[in-house]
Amino acid sequence: MNQKQKSKIEVTLMYLVILITSIIIFYPLVWTVGMSLNQGTSLYSSSLIPENFSLEHYKWLFSEESDYLLWYKNSLIVSISVAAGSVIITSLVAYAFSRYQFAGKKNALYIFLLLQMFPVMMAMVALYIFLNMIGMLDTLSGLILVYLGGQIPFNAWLVKGYFDTIPRELDEAARIDGAGHLRVFWSVMLPLAKPILAVVALFNFMMPLFDFLLPSIILSSQDNYTLAVGLFNFINDRFANNFTRFAAGSILIAVPVATVYLFLQRYLISGLTAGGTKG
Amino acid sequence: MNHNTNNNFKKHNPNIATVLSIIFAGLGQLYNRRFLKGTIFILLELAFLITLFDTINFGLWGLRTLGTIPGTDHSIRLLVFGVLALIATIILIVLYVGNVMDARNQAKKIKDGWKPKGLKDTIIDFYDTAFPYLMTVPGLLLMIFVVIFPLIFSVLLAFTNYNLYNSPPRNLVDWVGFENFKELITVPIWQDTFISVLAWTIVWTVVATTLQIAIGLFLALIVNDPRIRFKKLIRTILILPWAVPAFVTILIFSAMFNDDFGAINRDIIIPLLGGEGIPWLSEPFYARTAIILIQTWLGFPFIFALFTGVLQSISKDWYEAADVDGGSRFQKFRFITFPHVMFATAPLLIMQYAQNFNNFNIIYLFNEGGPPVRNQNAGGTDILISWVYKLTFETNNYAMAAVISLIMGLIISGFAFYQFRQTKSFKEEGEL
Repeated sequence: MNQKQKSKIEVTLMYLVILITSIIIFYPLVWTVGMSLNQGTSLYSSSLIPENFSLEHYKWLFSEESDYLLWYKNSLIVSISVAAGSVIITSLVAYAFSRYQFAGKKNALYIFLLLQMFPVMMAMVALYIFLNMIGMLDTLSGLILVYLGGQIPFNAWLVKGYFDTIPRELDEAARIDGAGHLRVFWSVMLPLAKPILAVVALFNFMMPLFDFLLPSIILSSQDNYTLAVGLFNFINDRFANNFTRFAAGSILIAVPVATVYLFLQRYLISGLTAGGTKG
Repeated sequence: MNHNTNNNFKKHNPNIATVLSIIFAGLGQLYNRRFLKGTIFILLELAFLITLFDTINFGLWGLRTLGTIPGTDHSIRLLVFGVLALIATIILIVLYVGNVMDARNQAKKIKDGWKPKGLKDTIIDFYDTAFPYLMTVPGLLLMIFVVIFPLIFSVLLAFTNYNLYNSPPRNLVDWVGFENFKELITVPIWQDTFISVLAWTIVWTVVATTLQIAIGLFLALIVNDPRIRFKKLIRTILILPWAVPAFVTILIFSAMFNDDFGAINRDIIIPLLGGEGIPWLSEPFYARTAIILIQTWLGFPFIFALFTGVLQSISKDWYEAADVDGGSRFQKFRFITFPHVMFATAPLLIMQYAQNFNNFNIIYLFNEGGPPVRNQNAGGTDILISWVYKLTFETNNYAMAAVISLIMGLIISGFAFYQFRQTKSFKEEGEL
């Protein structure tokens, strides 16, 4: 009996902890939704449960006045290019590192491991000057190139780790059947590595979507803004004034992203652990 | 070359091939009677001498002097060219060494009686050896321009006097050796700022990361308890902060913590505790507390998801064995669960520390590193990386920003070193 009571108290306490955590998690999210539905653009007069329920901010985002749709499009262009490009480049690099012996291989792996820790921030001045010199400052393609180069060290490790787990017997068998280097890559490795390539694509789709630092430095004209920079500027100038618009704009991008994450989180985690512990 | 006939390959001398190919790329290959290869190499070197030699020479000159005529020579452009020329030189040296080695090895083979294969086989051989390089070249080139070149550039910048008052095209930038480093530790304002920013960076990294790991582990253990129901729903809720883009949540929190109209003060602190509310954004101590709390909110779900996966993979046998031996619950945690979880995730946890060390977004987006602190040129919540940002883009003190970057780089290498030893596949790679 005593044992049973003790257990009951424990379970109750555990549910309590979960409940409190859930409240802490939901509070800011619900607050944001509430803000976006308030009338007027001022935070002072806004409340969690709007007195004057209104969709005006959402309407405003889609009106002629705002560049929101343009930024949305820019963000998608960058994200899709980076996702596709990173899968191609990293899988090529990872294939060479996983299946071939060549001079400098070990050193290159060391360098990758070191480089993936360095923040882009440290390279900022040089990137700015360099992009300026080759005329790619304030262009989406300049931004895409920087993302593509920067993701290689981390993702090459991730994909190489996965390639290493694919039995070598498979590509040897294909070789005996007369497949060349590229054929093995295309018909054996890539199909088997689909899960990790999906993870790489997803990471590199999401990362540019909400990166603020790099686009804020590289992009200077309103027409080229990505969502993160554009939304930040809503609240940067006149903080309290446009927060409700910011809230509405954020929800329109956060909801689809969060949905995708929740559906795919299991794969994301397994991809990361594969890269981190085995890879 | 009359001694070099097919019947007489014993006399074929690898040293001659080596010397010849050092003198001019391709000559050694010609001596080895690899005429096509030799011709290609000679043409390549000629092409290089005609087109690139002057450029590289100019680049290296710029790197050495950073320009000599103020107003005409643009020091920073020269530095960019210089670094690129340096990288190109290194690549060319590697290629040249490759050319010499190739001539020497082939000469040795010929001496040992090896008969050259036909053109077709040679091309196939070449394709086989070159294949991994061909695969890595696109990625490597991108990395050189986007990662390696900028890092070298930053490192070099630390040894110049490039700042707002001394910047091209009006002035020339000069090499100043370790002057900036000296200034950082001797001039009071720099010294004070550096020490307090460094101290806060360390506190921030350790406290915020450890807190998010501890809470993630605690929640993972609770939800993994067999008596808890609705596991799937609870897990989905707990992962939510990870799914919502951090960029958005930080800005939302920043509004919620606002001193005057933020929801935290208006709806929670003042009704519950009374008073004027807490100065979250204007007092360094509270701003730091707020930032650590927000990062915990943002960071624990990932750890939670990670640990949940590991917990599910621990075999039940362990716990049954512990039950037989009469182990207490704490002992089970201490000797079975904890080691399992830590062993499986150590590298990723270290990455978490490294990420928070570099966590520019939360510091900058929350309060732009503020509030300002007297007698310092960094704000109260500035960590090293956001300080570098300010030095670069607000006060244009590029040289000092590079110095701080360099120091950060050294600290990060420490993380990387640990990672080297932890990563399993690396050990396997080392045995190859």
